[in-house]
Amino acid sequence: MKLGLVIDLDTCVGCHACAVACKQWNTSGTSGPLSDYEPYGAEPSGVWFNRIRHYEVDDYPNNKTINAPMSCMHCEDAACVTVCPTGASYKRPEDGIVLIDQDKCMGCNYCSWACPYGARELDRESGTMKKCTLCVDRIYDENLPEAERQPVCVLTCPSHARFFGDFDDPDSEVSKQVRQRSGYSMMPEQGYQPTNKYLPPRQQPAVETHKPRQVSREEHSAEDKPMAQIQRWIAQQLKRQA
Amino acid sequence: MHPAISVICFTLFSGAGYGLLSFLCLDDLFDLNFNLSSARHMGLVVVALVLITVGLLASTLHLANPRNAWRAFFRFRTSWLSREGVFAVLLYPVALFWLFTLWGSDAGGSKVLAALTFLLCIATLFSTGMIYACLKTIRQWNTALTPTNYILLGFMLGSLVLVASGAGNVTIALIMVGAAALGKLIYYYWIGQPAGPTINSALGFTRATVRLLDVGHGEGNFLTEEFGYEVAKAKLIWLRLISIALAFLLPALLLLAFGATAGIPAMLCGFAGVFVERWLFFAEARHVVNLYHGAQAT
Ligand code: SF4
Ligand code: SF4
Ligand code: SF4
Repeated sequence: MKLGLVIDLDTCVGCHACAVACKQWNTSGTSGPLSDYEPYGAEPSGVWFNRIRHYEVDDYPNNKTINAPMSCMHCEDAACVTVCPTGASYKRPEDGIVLIDQDKCMGCNYCSWACPYGARELDRESGTMKKCTLCVDRIYDENLPEAERQPVCVLTCPSHARFFGDFDDPDSEVSKQVRQRSGYSMMPEQGYQPTNKYLPPRQQPAVETHKPRQVSREEHSAEDKPMAQIQRWIAQQLKRQA
Repeated sequence: MHPAISVICFTLFSGAGYGLLSFLCLDDLFDLNFNLSSARHMGLVVVALVLITVGLLASTLHLANPRNAWRAFFRFRTSWLSREGVFAVLLYPVALFWLFTLWGSDAGGSKVLAALTFLLCIATLFSTGMIYACLKTIRQWNTALTPTNYILLGFMLGSLVLVASGAGNVTIALIMVGAAALGKLIYYYWIGQPAGPTINSALGFTRATVRLLDVGHGEGNFLTEEFGYEVAKAKLIWLRLISIALAFLLPALLLLAFGATAGIPAMLCGFAGVFVERWLFFAEARHVVNLYHGAQAT
């Protein structure tokens, strides 16, 4: 098995709900707690397994906002594991999940240097390294209903931008998504072969903004009525969909 | 990368210690004309071991959970950090036995043990360099020049300590200063060439410009503290000049002008210069995770 996530950059709205759900679940999970430093102070900070960053791609008028959630990619060639001197970091042969044994870690930070994706964060309180566990304490839990045996970020995402599954199975949802939508890896040239894949935004023509419609004075007063405005907006939307 | 003083001191002092110990072994093996009496030879070996120990102790200061430090010897097969630790620890009994054989013998100690100590010194220095050089994520470190420079600078400091102690050989020290300077200048030229991933390949948008809009967190976090360290370009250039002047130019000029009598100031300059060099080694290194925080290239 090769378990991992697929994240759809087309539909992610950048709401950070996945990161909050992750923190909520995992702070009492196998790697927990996810310590906060001065949560009510002037400069709150703390450990997160999942971070969402926001970018602008291309230039006006073709620019587009991209929200990029990133957590551990559970790389196939995970240098974070090979560089770890204590053996605290390991990759499970059975499902490819990369984990950190909190009882063995000496907090040297070396593995975080080896990770290109910023997936590992040192917990100052426990003095150990922490990272995404792919919710290993959920996905095999037979006490949960089968539909809930998924990472919490996937369950939480309100725009259905996250998928979880086995990349070794060609019929799994993740394999299909990657096939149909040209899923890709981030920073492939580093050679880590990340398991998690990203779906690129769908191509859409730029919305025309350079020729605003000229409206006469009479038309204007008629158009200004709320109903007329709503009708115009609906007409526009339907035109764009077509 | 954030330059942690503990790690700078580790590589500086242990590097100098391994360099010094290497020269003492070489003198025993090939007689480099250091003209050391048995007591002098032993005293210098002890100085080298003290330098190494100070460095190694400093390195443990940056561990967040030192209780588990003993586990660091168990991943010799894959981790350069583990290898460094194993070689460093193996060196002690070998060097101490060799030290014992030096006792009262003006013909030097056991040649086998001297050779073994020398090999362990090189292996440890090389492993220290490889800890950094094996990281693909930091292009300024991911080069064979990194271990080369660690070894050359360690040897240079070792040879300067020898001259300062009144033993040693000024010609050898000058050759080491020249070789280390050359290595470092090649390194500075090499890291000046643009290379490595960009913000475009980091996010997979290689056919358009990409700009950061928001990092998604209001204050700093582990990633910005550990990897976000940045120094103004102008300051970096000044520091480079200072480190080159202190580490290489001044010791060379002092030794050329005054010979072995200027050994102590030359050594002090060397240490100060390599301290700045080590600081720069970290401050100039740009981890690829900075691309996700808005850097266009590393
Ligand atoms: S994303 Fe980073 S922490 Fe996760 S497996 Fe890859 S290298 Fe290791
Ligand atoms: S911080 Fe912990 S997990 Fe990471 S390399 Fe060091 S010992 Fe291993
Ligand atoms: S919950 Fe879904 S939409 Fe919100 S940031 Fe996460 S992936 Fe994006």
